[in-house]
This record gives sequence, C-alpha cells and structure tokens, in this order.
Amino acid sequence: MKKYALIIAALLAVAMLISGCGGGEQVTEEGMVVRYNVGTEPETLDPALMTGIPESTMLLQMYEGLTRLDADNNPQAAIAESWDVSEDGTEFTFHLREDVKWSNGDPITAHDFVFAWKRALDPELAGDYAYMLYLVEGAEAYNSGEGSVDDIAVTAEDDHTLKVKLVAGAPYFISLTAFPTYYPLHQATVEADNEGWALSVDTMVTNGPFKPVKWAEGTMEYVPNENYWDAGAVQIDRLVFTMVEDESTELTMFETGAIEMTHTLPGPEIPRLKTERPDELHIFPYLGTYYYIFNCEKAPLDDVNVRKALALAIDRQAIVENVTQGGQLPAYAFVPPGIADVAEGSDFREVGGEYITEDIAEAKRLLAEAGYPDGVGFPGFEILHNTSEMHKMIAEAILEMWEQNLGITGITITNQEWGVYLASRDEGAFDVARAGWIGDYVEPNTFLDMWVTGGGNNNSFWGDARYDQIISDLLLISDPAERLPLMHEAEDILMEAMPIMPIYYYTLPSLVSTKLKGYVQLTIGGVDFKNAYLAE
Amino acid sequence: MLNYLLRRFFSVILALWIVVTVTFVFMHIIPGGPFQREKALPPAIKANIEARYKLDQPLHAQYLDYLGHLVRGDLGPSFKYRGRSVNDIIKERFPVSAQLGATAILIALLVGVPAGILAALKQNKIPDYAVMFFSTIGIAMPSFVVGTTLMYFLAYKWGLLPAAMWGSYKHMIMPAIALAGLPMAFIARLTRSSMLDVLNQDYMKTAVAKGLPQMRVLWVHGVKNALIPVITYLGPLVAGVLTGSFIVENIFAVPGLGKHFVTSIYNRDYTVILGVTIFYCVLLILANLLVDLAYTLIDPRIKLGGRKELV
Amino acid sequence: MQLSTGLFKPLPQKVIQADLVRPSTTYWQDAWRRLKQNPVAMVSLVLIVLIILVAIIGPLLSPYSYSEQDFIRKNQGPSAAHWFGTDGLGRDLFTRILYGARISLSIGFVASLVTLGVGVLYGGISGFAGGRVDNIMMRFVDIMYSIPFLLWVILMMVYLKEKLPENAGLISMYFALGLVFWLPMARIVRGQILSLKEQEFVLAAHTIGAPKGRILLRHLIPNCVGPIIVTATLAIPEAIFTEAFLSFVGLGVSAPRASWGMLASDALTSLKSYPHLLFFPAAAICITLLAFNFLGDGLRDALDPKMRK
Repeated sequence: MKKYALIIAALLAVAMLISGCGGGEQVTEEGMVVRYNVGTEPETLDPALMTGIPESTMLLQMYEGLTRLDADNNPQAAIAESWDVSEDGTEFTFHLREDVKWSNGDPITAHDFVFAWKRALDPELAGDYAYMLYLVEGAEAYNSGEGSVDDIAVTAEDDHTLKVKLVAGAPYFISLTAFPTYYPLHQATVEADNEGWALSVDTMVTNGPFKPVKWAEGTMEYVPNENYWDAGAVQIDRLVFTMVEDESTELTMFETGAIEMTHTLPGPEIPRLKTERPDELHIFPYLGTYYYIFNCEKAPLDDVNVRKALALAIDRQAIVENVTQGGQLPAYAFVPPGIADVAEGSDFREVGGEYITEDIAEAKRLLAEAGYPDGVGFPGFEILHNTSEMHKMIAEAILEMWEQNLGITGITITNQEWGVYLASRDEGAFDVARAGWIGDYVEPNTFLDMWVTGGGNNNSFWGDARYDQIISDLLLISDPAERLPLMHEAEDILMEAMPIMPIYYYTLPSLVSTKLKGYVQLTIGGVDFKNAYLAE
Repeated sequence: MLNYLLRRFFSVILALWIVVTVTFVFMHIIPGGPFQREKALPPAIKANIEARYKLDQPLHAQYLDYLGHLVRGDLGPSFKYRGRSVNDIIKERFPVSAQLGATAILIALLVGVPAGILAALKQNKIPDYAVMFFSTIGIAMPSFVVGTTLMYFLAYKWGLLPAAMWGSYKHMIMPAIALAGLPMAFIARLTRSSMLDVLNQDYMKTAVAKGLPQMRVLWVHGVKNALIPVITYLGPLVAGVLTGSFIVENIFAVPGLGKHFVTSIYNRDYTVILGVTIFYCVLLILANLLVDLAYTLIDPRIKLGGRKELV
Repeated sequence: MQLSTGLFKPLPQKVIQADLVRPSTTYWQDAWRRLKQNPVAMVSLVLIVLIILVAIIGPLLSPYSYSEQDFIRKNQGPSAAHWFGTDGLGRDLFTRILYGARISLSIGFVASLVTLGVGVLYGGISGFAGGRVDNIMMRFVDIMYSIPFLLWVILMMVYLKEKLPENAGLISMYFALGLVFWLPMARIVRGQILSLKEQEFVLAAHTIGAPKGRILLRHLIPNCVGPIIVTATLAIPEAIFTEAFLSFVGLGVSAPRASWGMLASDALTSLKSYPHLLFFPAAAICITLLAFNFLGDGLRDALDPKMRK
C-alpha cells in the first residue's frame, strides 16, 4: 500500500510542479481583437531584406508605400496622393500627401523614399529583392557594383514630389510601388543601427495602419498607428499574428477559437470542413501554377511527342478533386486566371484559352509516333519532388495514370530534401521534377520571362529563338494593347513545345471566422487587415 | 580527481574541435547553399550576398575565420534570419526549450522510477504487467503521435487546454507530456530491469536476512544501485531534451531552440548549424561528465581515472 | 553411539549419475528451458513468428496491390472488402500495412542487431578498460552524438545514390541507423561495467587468472543482460519512426511503397477526418512492440546468470 502512496505522491508533486511554473494568466484582452496565423517566424522585418509572404504580410500591416493594392489587385493612392506618367511611360512623378507622418510623429517626405530605395540597392546590404527595383534607371548598375548610387534615377523634387525614371515602360510599375522593397524608411532610425533597427518593436518606426507593440514567444502584436493618415479607417484595437507552422495545429487553433483566420489548410481535412464549416471555409484565388518540368536534354523527354503524350494522359480534374481537394483548378495552360487582358473586364486566360485537351487515344498515338507504341520499349524515368505529403500523393496519382493510360512502366518517384532538390533542379540532375511558380506581380510576363533560353529559372533546359525575341521585345513596349498579344504568342510557343506540364492553378484554402469582415486577401499572397473588423 | 578532470578537459576540447570540423565539412559538401532559392537570384545579387557573408572566399579561409570567431565566443550571424546573431538566437530560444525540457525530465523521472520499482517488487503480478503494458505503448508511440492525439482530445474534443502556442503553464502541459512519454516509459523499464538485478544480489538477500528494515534496505542498497543505468541514460537525455525537440515544438508551436537543429540544415544556414551543434555538444559533454561523477557518488568503488593495478 | 559398517553401502554408479549430477547443460540450453516455462514470453514469441510470416507471405494472399488506386473508394473506413479501410488515393490500407511490415520489421531488426552487436561490445570494452581508453572511446561517442544526424543522412543519400541508384533509399537507411543506433547501448553497458567490474566475483576471476576477454564476455556482459534487452527493444520502435522521419529527406523506401512509420506520420494531417488511417498502423506497431517487449522480458529472466539454479 505504501508503494502506491509513493506513486500518488509523485504524481501530485508533478501536478504541483506543472501548475507552479510558467507565467500567469494572459492579460485580459479588450476591444476588437483579431488573430491571424501568419504561418512562420519572419526571417526579417527589414523591408529591404524581406523575401517571403509571411514577411510581406507582416510588413503590410505596419508600412505603406506610394500605393496600396485593393481587393482586385489595383493599386490605390496611399502615401502618394496622385501621380503623372510621361508620354513614353518611363517617367513617373508622384505627389505625396502633405499630412503623412511616421509612427513617431515625424513627417514622411519624398527623401524617405529616395533613401529607402537607394539603401535597398546597396550591394553591401545585399538584399534578395533588390532586383524588384531594377526597373529604375541606374539601379541594376549600382546594385551590380558597376554604377554609382548618384546615377539611380529617383529624386526628391521637394518634400512631397518624387520623380522616378524607368529603363523601360512597365505598366505594372504602379503596382510594384505597393511592394515592400518600395516602402519608405525612417532615415534617422535606420542610420542609427543599419543592421539591428528592425529586430525590435522598440526601434521600428513605421508608417502603416498599425504599429507593432510586441514581438515575442511566437506572436506579433499590433495596435492602430494613431499617426497614420487614414487612421479613421482602422477599426481593430489589437491585431495579433501567430506564427504556427504546422497546418493541423493551425486548424485545431481555429476550431478551438484561438484564431479568427488561418493562412492555409491541410488538404485532406477540406472535405470535412466543406460539410462542417461551409460558412467559414474560403477558397481564395492565388496567382500560381503547379506543374512538372520535363528535362528536355534527357531521353526520352527530349522528344516533344513524349512530353505531349505525358501531358495528355493525366486526369487533372481527378487530381484536384481527389488529391489536392482545396478547390484548385485543373491547368490546361501555364498562365493562371486572374490577370486582365486588353479588353475591359477580360481575362488573359479566357482570351488565351486552353492548350491541353486530355485525350488518351491521342496520347497513345503521340507515344507511338515517338517510337514507343503501347509503351513498348519506353525507357522509364524518375519523378523528383521535394518532401511533402501532398507532392508525394500527386506524384503517386500521376504515376498510376501514366502507367495505366499509356502502358509504360519503369517510372519511379524520388523525394529529396528541399536544398538537395533545388540543387538537382538547377543542375538538371532529374528527369521530371515537380515545381510551382507564384507570380511576383499581376501580369502574364511574370510567368513567361522565366522560360527564356538559359534563364536562371528555366530548369527545363528548353529554348526557342522566337520566344527569347518576344521576351526581350517586351522590355521596351509599354502599351498593353501591344504587350498582351505578344505574351499570348509566347504562351503558344511554350505550350506547343511543352517543356513543362501544367497540372493545376493554385488556390489558398483558408478558414475565416464569419465575424471577420473587411480584410483583403491578395492573389499574390498576404492579407491586408487595414479595413478589417469583427461584426457582431 | 583534479588530474582526471584536467585530462578530461583536454579531451573535451579535442572532441569539440572534431565536431566543428566534421560538421563544417559535411555541411559544405552536401548539395545546396544558404542562398539557393526556388526563384533563382540574379547573378549580381547572389554575388553581393556571397560577398557579404564571405561565402566567396575559399573554404579553408572561411573555416579559419569561423574558428577565430569561435574562440572568442562569437558564433557569427545567421544567414537566414538577417540581422540576428546565432548567439542571440540561442539566448532567446534556449530558455523556452530548457523550461519545457526540464519539466519533461522531471515528469519522466518522478513517474518512471517509482513505476519501475513497483513493477520489480511485484514481478509477474498485475502491477508489473500494467506498468510493462503502458510503458511499452509509451515506447511504441513516438512524440508526434502522442502529441497529436493529446491535442485532439484535450484541446479539440474537450477544450480543456489551449491547442498550441506559448505563454502560460497551460501551454506547457501537453508538450511536456508528449516530450516525457518515451523517456518515462524507458526509465520505468530500465528501473524495473536493474531493480530485479539488484534484488537478486546476495547482499540484498543478506541484508534482508540480517533483519534490516525492508524499506531501508530497498533504498540504501537497492534503488541507489539500480539507478546507474537510469543515470547513464539521463546524460544524453538531458542534453537532447533541454535543447528542444523539433517535432514537439512544431506540433505545439513552441518557440524553442529545437526547430533550429532541423530547419538550419534544411536552410543550409551554416552558422546556425554549427552554433546549435556546438551548443548541444557542450551540454552533452557536461551532462555526461556529471553522470560519471554521479557514478562515483552512488558506488564509491567506481574509479574513473583508471588504475595501475588491480584492487 | 555405535555405528556398524553394515548400515552403509555404496550406491550403484547409475544412481549417482542420475540423482546427484544434473545433465550438464550449456548457458543457452538452460536459458531456452527457462524461457519455455514463461507463458507470456512464449505467446509473444509465437506472435512474432506469425507477424514475420504474414509480412513475408501476406501481400501475396491479398486481393489488392499496395499501389492500386481507385478514387471512388478513397478514405473509406473499415469494411468487409477493405478490412482496415482505404487511404486518400483509395488504396487498401490492410495490404499497405502488410507490405509496410516487411520494411519496418527489417529496419527494426537491423537497428537492434547493430545495437546488440556494436553497442554492447563497444560499451563493454570502454567500461572494462577504463582510464584513458575509456575517456577516448566515450569522447568518440559524444562526437557521434553531436554531429547532426540529418547531415549524415543527406550526405549518404547523395553519395550512395550515385553508387547504388536502385536501392539507395533503403540501404542508406540501414547505414544511417547503423551509424548512431549503437550509441545509447554503448553508454548504458559502459556504465554497468564500470560498476560491475569492481565486484568481488570479477576480482575472483582475475585472481584465478582468467583472460580479460573471457571476464568481459562471460562474467560482465551476462550480468548486464537486463539493461541490454531493455535498450535493444527500445531500438526497434525508434528505428521504425526514425525511418519515417528520414523519409523527409528522401531516405527510405520510395513511394508508392510505404512503411509503418510513414503510414502513421502521413495520417496525422487528416487525423480529425480519417482517424483509421492512424489507428491501424499505430496498432500494428504497438502489437509488434508488445510482443518484442514481453519476449525481451522473458529473455532477461532466462538469461540472467543469477537466476540460474
């Protein structure tokens, strides 16, 4: 009996120990509190150095550029009240609001933009996204260590007028000015500690709807920035971003009421959520394509007929319905829907139409033409994917479809850890590799210019002279009526050669509390909470 | 003893140097680099970054440069978390992991050891089979299954505890149990097994025959000696659990150090890989030293310094 | 008292042999005899044999293949047609678990073999030699513990893939497990030996001039059999789940084949919707483990020299 008592005592001791340590109860929350899971710890909160969507989402709440994107991806006047564009589309003059202030009360001037852009281009700072500014004349030369900082064509005419000259007319430049690399910075703060100023909420001086007040223990907390020019539009009293990476945990947090919005969802749970939480489940569009790259230098994939046969022999609808299950759209072309075409209200995808018609008989005919009737003598190949359960399931489904529909055998699946996978892709050490591409800006070219011969992202090692010509011509053309037909032609060439096999267009499945209104989910990723509120 | 510690100190420095060197070589020969992106960087930008982090220098120069900073206690800047030093990351994250880990170890010991003793005393009876059954389940179910199942019931089904995050003691309960599960089960089994060994020893039988009070015999002669394997196990366990578990921290979104042991390798964040490896290695060596010293306390006959002659 | 010699008479030789001297049995015969008397251990042994048999011939008997997909029947619960239900691609979970048994059991065996072979001997020598040898050998263990395991396995994956492209995953998995799985055993055995070697019976063995190797193998290691078996049985589930973890870096078997550990970890994301996907592989692991553990306990009792009568 005594021994049992001993064990009970031990258990009690543990219970006491657990209840004894740790902090106290959480501070009682007051006012309108919105909690969103941003998905991961930010790598940096320095706008000049940031790269990922979690970072840009966190920055979006506390900064503002010349423009701010609305729900339809259209840039709206923000710090800039208005702007003028020159005839040839290369010179922009931005007129800043006069009453805009930093969170510490200092005025925001055109000089803050000049300072921030030049800093972002500093080769010694070595920001990843410095190339987002390459459109500005002199930027690339300075960043490459060849030009002078003084030759960068961005100048402050006066405190409220910013002049920019571009290397070529880019109609999407106004959208780019909403991007974090283009945010202004508070010069005195940054110069006081160029490396460390963005590491603590105490030293960050910001200019957006919110300002950060706490960044610790896996959360970031914001309160409204009373010095924001449009502070009246902000309704949330406290905005909390959690940094939970595990998708299942994130879902449980939502389902137990710990957050109002998730940043993603585990695919296999979506069918259940469709029936259990139909009002909260949202499938947001996401400007991206999931595809397989064919290594065009390796037999049998160097044969266009083999590539086409493979692309025609899978059932994309079955994959999005049964495997990914997140409302993704089957992709029969490369550029995803959601990008405007020339005509008002038209969509590039609808104008361009579909390039792939799934047809097993045709696929078999193409395979026979390539010399493998009914798959006889087909040498087989390897599908490479980076580690993820979803990539694995998609590969398993596609492998089965190819083997069943084309009668080919000898296909294997290999997964590699992210770093090794990227290296394999870059070096061409693969046959067929899984890939995905999310647009940097809302224009088809963000999906097309990567496929130029020898391009850094062209891992298919395919090349076409006419295609390269179109992409380089686009650099000099700013009129959409001229640009878009060229981009359609480029996609024609790409899909005719089929160095890549589009599978589906991405979506962002997510759960949002029915109370949460007014938020903006951007199609290039990120959520804007500026106008968000909780309805009772 | 002083002589022993001194000799041991030199072997520790040597071991650390080997660990640093091998890790350095390994991480540089595996494919991929810290600035390899899905969207390839323009060459000029890649060159800027490599220059900034001295990755454009020959490997031996990078290695010597790293060692130079290391002897001054500087673990260098992280490549991934721009602006942060590895020292900062460890300073910020380790207390969280250590708090969670210490709780887990205490649970494991306070439950595991008594359960093992009980099982040994009741060998082949119901309490023994019960302890063995549960400890086997505990060993068979890894932390990710235990953690996910706990969250499913305690947070999702019954709403008793917050699902994840960090901040109050309530946030600590599930991760601590998930972390403690396997060590607790293993400690119970080790204790039971070595208790049985000790109970069958002649000196135990003698002590009982001499009429010494049973509890006293059990404690003074039995449990103390039975604890040697448990203490041995504690060395790596303490170092491993205090520095955090990637899996448990990931499931429960605990902002601890454990994730950096894994993600730094995925990110090829060279300085963080080396930094956390060194940190772990130092902890491990310290813990194992304490284990060895604990042996001599439990069993004064144990001599660590080696001996010239028998007896 | 008068004793007459007539009261005593010599026993016939046959009786002496029969009654006073037991037939000489070896250590192992003796252990096997005692193991047979332990019903729990014997049931476990039978169960293990059954599991191994099922792993070998089971997949041949199943009407489904481990890779056969059918979207119409995906994510079904257990039924007469699919005993354990189906997974997200409509594959029969029972068949996948049967196949998984081959991989997971082989990995468990390799891990426990390495643990028993390398770990026991290494720890035994280190503890028995003591002093400087012990210091060096244990620092080597510390080094192996400290160099990140993930680096080892990525390196192996990349290097071995060039050498043996066919089965790189599984073979590099065995190598990876072999690399580190002996470490805990080495430390446990060394700790035990440090204490045991100071005991009287070792001194006695030294005094009668027994060779060191014999003292270590015949006297010291058999006295550590309890912790050894406990540690070796721990190696099995650890290896099964390490394999699942390593599949994240591309080691292990390649899809669509799956091991128990991978089946269990893949099921986690859909736990709330399809709990059967986690339950069955986890149950398979638990049952196997229970069998190994109770057999291990029986072996411990059977092998313990102090229990020898």
